[in-house]
Amino acid sequence: MLVIKDLHAKIDDKEILRGINLEVKPGEVHAIMGPNGSGKSTLSSVLAGNDKFEVNEGSVTFNDKDLLDLAPEDRAREGVFLSFQYPVEIPGVSMVNFMRTAVNEHRKYRNETPYSASEFLKLMREKKSLVEIDSNLTNRSVNEGFSGGEKKKNEIFQMAMLEPKLAILDETDSGLDIDALRVVANGVNKLKSPDRATIVITHYQRLLDHIVPDFVHVLYKGRIVKSAGKELAHELEEKGYDWIKKEFED
Amino acid sequence: MNKTCRIVNLQDEYSQIYKDNLPFLKAGAPNKMNALRDDAFELFNVKGIPSNKVEEYKYTNLQPFFKGTFDIAFSSESAIQNNDHSFTCGVPNLDTHNVFLINGWFSSQDATDKLPEGVVVGSIREKAADYPEVFEKYYGEQSNDGDAMAAMNTAFAQDGAFIYVPKGVVVDKPIQLVNIMIGEQDRLVFQRNLIVIEENAQAKIMLCDHTMSAQKFVINSLSEVFAATNSVLDLYNIQNQHNLTTQVASVYVNQKKHSNVLTNNLTLHSGITRNNIRVTLDDEYCESHVYGLYLNDKNQHVDNYSFIDHAQPHCESFELFKGVMDDSSSAAFTGRVMVRPDAQKTNAYQSNNNLLLTDNAKINSKPQLEIYADDVKCSHGATVGQLDEEAMFYLRSRGIDENESRILLMYAFAYEVIEKIRVEALKENIRSLVEKRFRGEYDKCDSCVICGQQGVSASCL
Repeated sequence: MLVIKDLHAKIDDKEILRGINLEVKPGEVHAIMGPNGSGKSTLSSVLAGNDKFEVNEGSVTFNDKDLLDLAPEDRAREGVFLSFQYPVEIPGVSMVNFMRTAVNEHRKYRNETPYSASEFLKLMREKKSLVEIDSNLTNRSVNEGFSGGEKKKNEIFQMAMLEPKLAILDETDSGLDIDALRVVANGVNKLKSPDRATIVITHYQRLLDHIVPDFVHVLYKGRIVKSAGKELAHELEEKGYDWIKKEFED
Repeated sequence: MNKTCRIVNLQDEYSQIYKDNLPFLKAGAPNKMNALRDDAFELFNVKGIPSNKVEEYKYTNLQPFFKGTFDIAFSSESAIQNNDHSFTCGVPNLDTHNVFLINGWFSSQDATDKLPEGVVVGSIREKAADYPEVFEKYYGEQSNDGDAMAAMNTAFAQDGAFIYVPKGVVVDKPIQLVNIMIGEQDRLVFQRNLIVIEENAQAKIMLCDHTMSAQKFVINSLSEVFAATNSVLDLYNIQNQHNLTTQVASVYVNQKKHSNVLTNNLTLHSGITRNNIRVTLDDEYCESHVYGLYLNDKNQHVDNYSFIDHAQPHCESFELFKGVMDDSSSAAFTGRVMVRPDAQKTNAYQSNNNLLLTDNAKINSKPQLEIYADDVKCSHGATVGQLDEEAMFYLRSRGIDENESRILLMYAFAYEVIEKIRVEALKENIRSLVEKRFRGEYDKCDSCVICGQQGVSASCL
């Protein structure tokens, strides 16, 4: 599904990703962990198409298409979804209008007829209950005045609406209390299916108790330095990142 | 009678036009209208059409736009000519009492028997004769503030609308004054409105300006508004004209105790627009909301000049103007707030926010607070910015393309002013109108979208 080969990316001439290799197959859950500043969020931004970052080497294919060649909106329509670490507040754009536009743009891309207002509202009701998002939130402007937890739930709600093939959760657990974390994790798990994949980017292991990964990768200084099964996450939780740092200091 | 006037040197010709046509200006006009002409003309003649050398008009040199060859109507028949169409309002859910003016002259209106008893709506020159005590008391009482364009209007005024809401009467249905510019020649128009809302009365009024033929139109319109004790008035000025239009629209509002007035200047499309908004809080405990939204593209220019005069204590004013400038368009905003020595406990808030979409678009924003009382709360703020890159990326990452994302964000920017509209159905209309404007679907060709009148395709300039 997703094949990343020797990916290098920089911002303002500072190289942050220095040769990432990763393959994600349908149905898999990958966790990417690593200390602060290792490039986790950069990787997710690059995959989503944020042009703040410049890719200077390597390739990314998504279902055999050159992902780096696509505009952010086309990546989304192809099925890539990024749950933002810091979702943006957009006063004046209502959640309903935003989601209806997004869902219908996806449908148009697939040559399907756009949803009517009532069809759309029905879909929205279903998905809202799926991710346990408060009804009031969807009557407001996008993320405006939402608490940290509400913003993250809203990301998962959007994911449920758009049904991506590959979901990238960028530190979705940061700043969440235990209840919100459970709601977010449940939302993700309910959307799991054999033809969808998830990349969970996180600093801590606690989200991985709820979303169980098939693979855990450690990102350090722009490279994946260690890959293993879910037991690696526990090891990191116990021992911290220092032993990794020592091992791979260059 | 129409006269074709060639104006090259401004005051020379305007002076000649005034002198030559004074008998026509006076014929059939109310006494007080005529009595104020000479002094007003004298003032106008001394000051002239403002250039950008005049401080208040620094960002809008009106002189070039008042030159040209124009028809000026000196009678109702010549202004209206064969243009007395029957109009129908095509907007759903917007049940209004419609008044139609053509080239600034009263033309027709809906049956008045549906209006509450005592409410008077009609032509200012006719109604002045029927209600002389109201006319004499209020006409020209505010417009003599020394502004050259107001003086010009007072000198040349002949017709416009008259609205009177008597004590205690609430007019539920919005009253819509639709002014249509149409003709086979370029035209210069002076429209004069008088709006009096008596004690405890309430009304909502929409001024809707539009163009229906491709000529060059120059409009100097002036509305005087009096809001008596405890009255509530909404005044929406919707400007929706083609690019060859120059409009100077002045609104003077005088508020008495506990009155609550909202003005909202919605400049959706026009060539050169200058809005003068002057609000005098003339008694204690007045509340005034002064809003505006301007959407410019191509070479359009909008200049909002507001002057809020806190003359008495315990009054509140809330001012918000927002603009979106595309292409090489430009805009200006001046927010003058005067807090006089007696006006203790004043609350005055002002804000002007602008979105520039290109490197060539331009805005000059000037807050101008003069505070002579010491126990007041006043704030002002001006911002100029571009579309938020992060928000753009967020929308695009959800599959919304770049253009659509831009439209969503522009709309989001304008939304705050649209939300201030207190007539729900009008709010809905303006919402969709603004969205269409950003989409480029609706263009000036649609003429007044509020009334659903179709423009002539030749006017899509």
